[in-house]
Amino acid sequence: MENMPPAPKNSWQPSASIEQIKARAQLLKQLRHFFDERKVLEVSTPVLAEAGVTDPFIDNFHLDYGFGNTSSSHTLYLHTSPEYAMKRLLAAGCEHIYQIGPVFRHEGSGRLHSPEFTLLEWYRTGFSMQNLIDEVSELLQTTLRVQHVEQVTYQQVFLRFLKFDPLVANKEELLVAAKANNIDFYGDSESLDRDDLLQLLFSEVIEPEFAKQHPVIVSHFPASQAALATLCNDDKRVANRFEAYYKGIELANGFHELTHVKEQRQRFEQDNQKRLALGKPPMPIDERFLSALEAGLPDCAGVAIGVDRLQMLMTGAMHIRDVMAFY
Amino acid sequence: MANFSTNEFKAGLKIMLDGEPCNILENEYVKPGKGQAFNRVKIRKLISGKVLEKTFRSGESVEGADVLDTELAYLYTDGEFYHFMNNETFEQIAADEKAVGDSIKWLVENDVCTITLWNGTPISVTPPNFVELEITETDPGLKGDTAGTGGKPATLSTGAVVRVPLFVQTGEVIKVDTRNGEYASRAQK
Repeated sequence: MENMPPAPKNSWQPSASIEQIKARAQLLKQLRHFFDERKVLEVSTPVLAEAGVTDPFIDNFHLDYGFGNTSSSHTLYLHTSPEYAMKRLLAAGCEHIYQIGPVFRHEGSGRLHSPEFTLLEWYRTGFSMQNLIDEVSELLQTTLRVQHVEQVTYQQVFLRFLKFDPLVANKEELLVAAKANNIDFYGDSESLDRDDLLQLLFSEVIEPEFAKQHPVIVSHFPASQAALATLCNDDKRVANRFEAYYKGIELANGFHELTHVKEQRQRFEQDNQKRLALGKPPMPIDERFLSALEAGLPDCAGVAIGVDRLQMLMTGAMHIRDVMAFY
Repeated sequence: MANFSTNEFKAGLKIMLDGEPCNILENEYVKPGKGQAFNRVKIRKLISGKVLEKTFRSGESVEGADVLDTELAYLYTDGEFYHFMNNETFEQIAADEKAVGDSIKWLVENDVCTITLWNGTPISVTPPNFVELEITETDPGLKGDTAGTGGKPATLSTGAVVRVPLFVQTGEVIKVDTRNGEYASRAQK
């Protein structure tokens, strides 16, 4: 399925069936109704952004903008998520906001991946991680027509399926676990770090095995994978970050959002260090976003859900191209 | 030989692994939202025939393998080597017993086989899907039994043994499917 020959250059037909195109319209309507009922405001922020993201494993598309003055063209980026712009709206006084729109990531394509896809992202001021997990559960119950959404911690799920504690296991133990699960690395596995190995074990061993009957929300990711989440007050080894999974598909990623400007800048700088170590160019930091944090981002929680993947789960589609008008 | 990045991996691409040319069978892109991307790749080693799975970090590069399939007609064996010829250029090439492997029992003079060359040396020989061979030995079987229930073993001129229907007799030429080693029909003469 992964290795279908590419469609001829002149093929014009949609990759999705007419039924799927109608299912998309239905899903969008359902999502807008869900947020309307909860008095969450729909917003639209630019797709074309002045700054990209520093995430070591998320890459922007770059565009060369030189209109009217070819001698001083500069780089613009297609956004990888509307996160920074939406947080600027929160800092400006918007309280509960959502956005549905295209995002772009310079990466491979496959059964669950396309460089352009549709993201639903929303923010709730005054929400804890748990409040938002509850709301995500409601949204999944509504759209996927499931009775129950399970919730576990990152530590629990590793203990259950891999029999080790992800918060204490060292790299040697992770390599042993990978080997025991038939993961055979090409070349040098030395340069992989703990988080690379934890994520690989998660996607290769845990994801296919759990969340088969109902969606599962995994919370309290290791602090080293905090991204833009606050750390947990009771246990600084873990972050207030959660993800939702269902039938082998990673569906959502949410945070209790970091609002501390100094710590945010540090994380961006750490990201850029990691990018350099990986041989990737560091990314300019989004200063407008940091200024918004400086001015004061209200306490909030936010989450993003892949709309194409949600539609795949709703309709039983096996490949993302089956739910995208054109893949 | 050129290097290939995992981004160029697809079924049929030939790469080097542990010093052996390999064929990529399947390539799956695995990427957690915030994490390192990997390629989970199913590979067949072309000399040993072994199939295995390897996990590559996306973006990693691997040396390509100079592997080429050619269509050559089987000529003869001198006991040590098996000689094939390109029917257009009349160029000849010799494959050793290791390269011929199990295909040895399906080699028929003048049949065009697919020879896989690695750096110009044959590493495997694939016979045509159907070959015609003479039965050198089989039980006479019962006359009148044409139901073909189970059939009987028959030894062919190359030493291959296949199950044939009871009505087929020693000296007849039959058509065999080399992919599963099964009797297909009597040869059309």
